[in-house]
Amino acid sequence: MQISRLLLRRLGITGRGIVIAVPSVWLLLFFLVPFLIVLKISFAHTRLGVPPYTPLWEWTTEHALHLSLSAANYLFLARETLYLEAFLSSIKVALISTFFCLLLAYPMAYAIARADTRWRNTLLLMVVLPFWTSFLVRVYAWIGLLRNNGVINNLLTSLGLIHEPIVMMQTDFAMYIGIVYSYLPFMILPLYSNLEKHDNTLLEAAVNLGATPFKAFLQITVPLSLPGIIAGSMLVFIPAVGEFVIPRLLGGNETLMIGRVLWDEFFNNRNWPGASAVAMTLLLVLVLPIMIFQRYQAQDAGAGLHR
Amino acid sequence: MSHRRSRVLPALLVMGFAFLYIPILSVIVYSFNNSRLVTVWGGFSTRWYGVLFADDRLLEGVWLSLRIAGVSATIAAVLGTLAGLVLARFGPFRGRTMLSGMVSAPLVMPEVITGLSLLLLFVAFAPLPFVPDERGFSTIVIAHVTLTMAYVAVIVQSRLSSLDESLEEAALDLGARPARVFVLITLPIIAPAIASGWLLAFTLSLDDLVITTFTAGPSTSTLPMMIFSKVRLGVTPEINALATLMITLVAIVVVATGVLIARNEKARQHDVQLAQSAGSVG
Repeated sequence: MQISRLLLRRLGITGRGIVIAVPSVWLLLFFLVPFLIVLKISFAHTRLGVPPYTPLWEWTTEHALHLSLSAANYLFLARETLYLEAFLSSIKVALISTFFCLLLAYPMAYAIARADTRWRNTLLLMVVLPFWTSFLVRVYAWIGLLRNNGVINNLLTSLGLIHEPIVMMQTDFAMYIGIVYSYLPFMILPLYSNLEKHDNTLLEAAVNLGATPFKAFLQITVPLSLPGIIAGSMLVFIPAVGEFVIPRLLGGNETLMIGRVLWDEFFNNRNWPGASAVAMTLLLVLVLPIMIFQRYQAQDAGAGLHR
Repeated sequence: MSHRRSRVLPALLVMGFAFLYIPILSVIVYSFNNSRLVTVWGGFSTRWYGVLFADDRLLEGVWLSLRIAGVSATIAAVLGTLAGLVLARFGPFRGRTMLSGMVSAPLVMPEVITGLSLLLLFVAFAPLPFVPDERGFSTIVIAHVTLTMAYVAVIVQSRLSSLDESLEEAALDLGARPARVFVLITLPIIAPAIASGWLLAFTLSLDDLVITTFTAGPSTSTLPMMIFSKVRLGVTPEINALATLMITLVAIVVVATGVLIARNEKARQHDVQLAQSAGSVG
């Protein structure tokens, strides 16, 4: 026992090293390496067969390494305006959704942070609960509400407010509702964990010095909560850019989303290299927001989830 | 603060909660609707639950999804706890920034990217030994572990960094080996965080559509994949019944663990206070 431990230590294998290695190796293998493969395949050509792309390097019969890199997929992305439009429209949709999430989440997070301590955990649990229930079920729930003969239209008709149903499904409106609804808890939690730490005496001092409560809020609370705002916004913005399910189920066909383009390219056109090029470009667009997100401490976002 | 604000804030909160809960409530109410037309009220009935339990194909999907969620949440809880522990307690080491980046990136990475990249990995490595050449259960589990261990790690890490290290340091000073300190001291303290991490991993796995669709083989169909293809064809009362069952189950489990964790935490704080007052008296 003692000898084997000495031997392991001589080899540089320590308990500490193993504990670090196990999750690191898993993530390297299943999170980082896959990106390299996507990068590789984005430079290949499509072909019929399994797998449906050409190899980048091949040993030819003369024992020479034959390398074939092709930038055709990226050139195609640059030339076809469809892709550029899809990227721009996805970013626009994500920005608008993030804005409305913030607009709804801020007062809620603020109210919970201000609530009596006895109530806080219950209120937080109520915010988190919808997040725990199936995302697909929640999107589905909105279909039942927004359809032409759905709950909202039926209610308005029976009240005599409208005679023709308002078309809401398969519109941008429905898509925005779906995204804001699904991502709202992601905005509330980091905001709350920031607002909860604020020192009330600062606000009281400002009011005592003659500031209106609203002015004190704008000049003290909002700037102090900036890290929470940024963390929450990134948690909404980044996944929303690549969102597929909500635009597919609630949005109209004319709304171009890059997540949908990638999905169709892959599953419908079986163009794996093309889909890979779209994925790499999307990743490139999102690198900066992801770095900002990591700077503003991911753990703040997770802090509220286990309450 | 002023009286005006004290009334505005609760009102906003109530409106926010209404927005969050009305869609869910409407699903539950219409699952008991007798009419086949989902939005016309035809009286109370539980017939859609009967239809649901007669649908063998759907039940098979439920069972498959439950097994995938159970296995992947358990692996994710172990790996995520290790990652959270390393990030919160191990101080600086080579590759720390990289690990921390790889842990938090899956939280925000669009699922289409993660799904596509994992599928291409499985396809590229399929000829190698020890790699399943059929995509299905095992590839979905690997994909779900990679996604959900990030959530466990973040929860465990934030729990650990909110606790001071003095207990663990004291035990180490007294000569306990690190592994023993972890099992006897750290593990009991972070057990609630691991439990809620496991639960979150389980529900995320049970719910995932995009990554699963990429990594599932042609013959594998999980519950979300079935719901997705049914929903595309329109709203059906059977899905309402299924959704209601899922919501009820999740609500019971989440509220129960929430109450349990809160009670544990209160007891622990009480103990800490007792110990501190005893210390100051002595």
